[in-house]
Amino acid sequence: MKISNILSRRNRILLRELVITDFKLRYQGSVLGYAWSVLKPLFLFAILYVVFDYIFNLGKGVPHYPVYLLTGMVLWTFFVEATTNGLQSIISRGDLIRKINFPKYIIVVSGTVSALINLFFNLIVVAIFMIANGVDVGWQAILIIPLIVELYIFALAIAFFLAALNVKFRDIGYLWEIFIQAAFYGTPVLYPLSMVISKSELLTKIILINPVAQVIQDARYVLVTKESVTIWSFVTGWKVILPFVIIVVVLILASYYFRRNQKYFAEQI
Amino acid sequence: MADKDIAIKVQDLTKSFKIPLESSSGIKQKMINVLKGKKGYREFTPLKDVSFEIEKGDFFGIVGRNGSGKSTLLKSIAGIYAPTKGAVHVDGTLVPFIELGVGFNPELTGRENVFLNGALLGFSHAEMEAMYDEIVDFAEIGDFMEEKLKNYSSGMQVRLAFSIAIKAEGDILLLDEVLAVGDEAFQRKCNEYFANIKNSGKTIVLVTHSMDSVRKYCNKAMLVHDGKIKAVGSPDDIANEYTMENFRKQDTAGDGKHQEGLSDKVTMLRIVPVSKQVLTNKDDLIVDIEYRITDDTPIVVHIGIDDEIRDVVILNNGAKVAGKGEHKLRYTMPVSAYNDCNLRVYAVIDEVDTKNRIAFTSDRNSYRCLIRNKIGNYGLINTSSPVHGSWDGIEDFVYNRNKEIHGD
Repeated sequence: MKISNILSRRNRILLRELVITDFKLRYQGSVLGYAWSVLKPLFLFAILYVVFDYIFNLGKGVPHYPVYLLTGMVLWTFFVEATTNGLQSIISRGDLIRKINFPKYIIVVSGTVSALINLFFNLIVVAIFMIANGVDVGWQAILIIPLIVELYIFALAIAFFLAALNVKFRDIGYLWEIFIQAAFYGTPVLYPLSMVISKSELLTKIILINPVAQVIQDARYVLVTKESVTIWSFVTGWKVILPFVIIVVVLILASYYFRRNQKYFAEQI
Repeated sequence: MADKDIAIKVQDLTKSFKIPLESSSGIKQKMINVLKGKKGYREFTPLKDVSFEIEKGDFFGIVGRNGSGKSTLLKSIAGIYAPTKGAVHVDGTLVPFIELGVGFNPELTGRENVFLNGALLGFSHAEMEAMYDEIVDFAEIGDFMEEKLKNYSSGMQVRLAFSIAIKAEGDILLLDEVLAVGDEAFQRKCNEYFANIKNSGKTIVLVTHSMDSVRKYCNKAMLVHDGKIKAVGSPDDIANEYTMENFRKQDTAGDGKHQEGLSDKVTMLRIVPVSKQVLTNKDDLIVDIEYRITDDTPIVVHIGIDDEIRDVVILNNGAKVAGKGEHKLRYTMPVSAYNDCNLRVYAVIDEVDTKNRIAFTSDRNSYRCLIRNKIGNYGLINTSSPVHGSWDGIEDFVYNRNKEIHGD
C-alpha cells in the first residue's frame, strides 16, 4: 500500500463498484427504500425533540432548537454509521478476502463513503428545516464543507483502527456499541453546551476537545445560531488545536495499525 | 536461459500460521494467556523454503497429497497470504479461482456480480463490458443474468464464477482443484478450452489431485510434499511420482500383530516387491508373497492383480501348499502384453478343506506399481500380446494418443 497507489485507477474502480453495491443492497426488500436513510434520523429526531424539548425543556433559550438538535443528530448519526460500517467491513467481506487479493482498505473506505452519502441526504433535510424555521443563513454556511471533511477523516481513522482490531477480537463490535452509547451523552447532541458551562467550565472544555463535539458545535455555529458554544469562543491559546491534534494522532496510529495487520486478514478471519 | 520470460517467481517462500489453541479470538482469553505467559497459539508451517519459477505461457500443474501445502502455495502466489519469509514476484495481471468461486453476493443479480467481481480483479466497467458477452456465453446462463444470484442453482453459480475466471483477460490464471465444475457438457467444454489454451500466451497454474488433468493439460508440473518441492518436471513423471507417493504411504504391510486381514492361523502376510515400481514392456513384475502360518493344514495362496485405471481384475492365480512356519513364494509375471496400468497386487490365503479364508492383504497392505510403456492405445492388452486380434490382411496402426489414455 504505497501512498501514491491509494487512489490508483484500480482502486477507484473498486471503490466505486463497492459503494454502488452497498447502496443497492442497503434497503433491499423495503418498501420505502432509500427514504429510510432520511426517515430514520428524522424519526429519532422527532422522538428526542418531543422528549427533551417539550418534556424536559432542554431547548429553552436556544434559538431554532429543532434545527439545532437536528444538525447535531445528523452529524452524530453519520459518525456512528461511518465507524460502525467500517468496523464490520473487513469481517463481513471475509469470504472475499480469502479468495481474492485486493486492497483491503478500500472496503473500509467504501463503508464510510456510504455513510457520507447518507449524510448528504440528511443535510438536505437540515436545509429544508432551516428554511422552514426561518434561520438566517450567512456566507459562513459554506464552512460546513471543511467541517464535514474533518469529521469524515476522524471517522475514517477510527474505522480503520476498529476494522483491523475486530479481525483479531470480535468483542470490539460490542464494546464499540456500548462506547457509542456513552459517548452520545458525552457529546452535546441533545443538550446545549450552555447548560454545562453553568455547572463546570472545565467539563465544557473537556467536552469540546472531542473532535466530534467540536465539529457539531462549529456546524451549529455556521448553520444555525451564533449562540452555539464553540471551542474557538470558549478555549483560549494553543489548546484550540487539540481536536485536530487528536485527529492527526488517531489517523497516524490507525493507519499504521491497519497497514501492519492487513496482510494477515485472510488467515485471521 | 537467463532471458526466459518469467511470469511467477517464488523465492525461499516460507509460510507459517499461528493457530489459536483455544478459541482465543477474544480479549479475555488473550489477557489470560498473556498473564499466564502462554503463547495461546501453535505454529504451523505448511510451506518451507520453496523456490521455483513459472515461465510465461506455461500450463503448470501443482500436485501433492492433502495437507502438502499446495493450496497455501497457490494462495501465496495469489497474494492472499503474505509470506512469512521469502518473496513471490508476479509479472502480469492475476486472476485467481480459489475455493470454488470468487465471493458472489446472493442479493445482486448475475450481471451485477460479474461487474463487482471484475472490479475486485481490477477490471473497469468498460473492460468488463467488453468481456461480458463471452462470459455469459461460456457459462450458458444468459436468461438468468438479470436474476438475483440466490435464485441460481449451485451449479450455475460455479459455472458463472468459473467463466469469469477463465474469460477475464488476465495474464495469469490460478486454479484450485476446479476442473470438475458443472455437468458433463460443461466439463467437456472446459476440457476443450484448456486443451486449446496452450498457445494463447496465458499462464495457468493448476492445483489438482487429478493426474489425468495434469497429463492432459500441463506442460510442466511440480510435486509438493510436506511443504517442500519434491520434484519438478514433465507432467508424466510428476504424475507417476505422485501416484507412487500415494502408494508408499499405504505400503506398511506385514509386521504388525493384529492387522486387518490376518488371523490366529496366519499371523503375517505381506507382499514384498522385487521388481521396480515403474515397469516397462521389457520388465517382469516380480513379487514375493511372505506369510507365517501356525499349522500344517493345506492352503491355497492366491495372488490377485487388478488394474486400477480400468477397474478390472487382470488375473487371479492360486498355488496349493502346506507346512507351518514362515514361507516365501515368488511370483513372476511378464508385463509386455499390457498397456499402461496402475497395478494393485494382493494376496489371499484360503484353507483347502474348509474353503475358509484365513488371510488377505487389505487394500492398505496391497502392493501397487505402474506399467508405463508409452505404447499409444487404450485397451488393457497391447498389440504385441499373443491374445490380441488382428486385421484381415491389414497391418495394425498405432498412433500416439498417449495423452488421452488416462482420459476422463
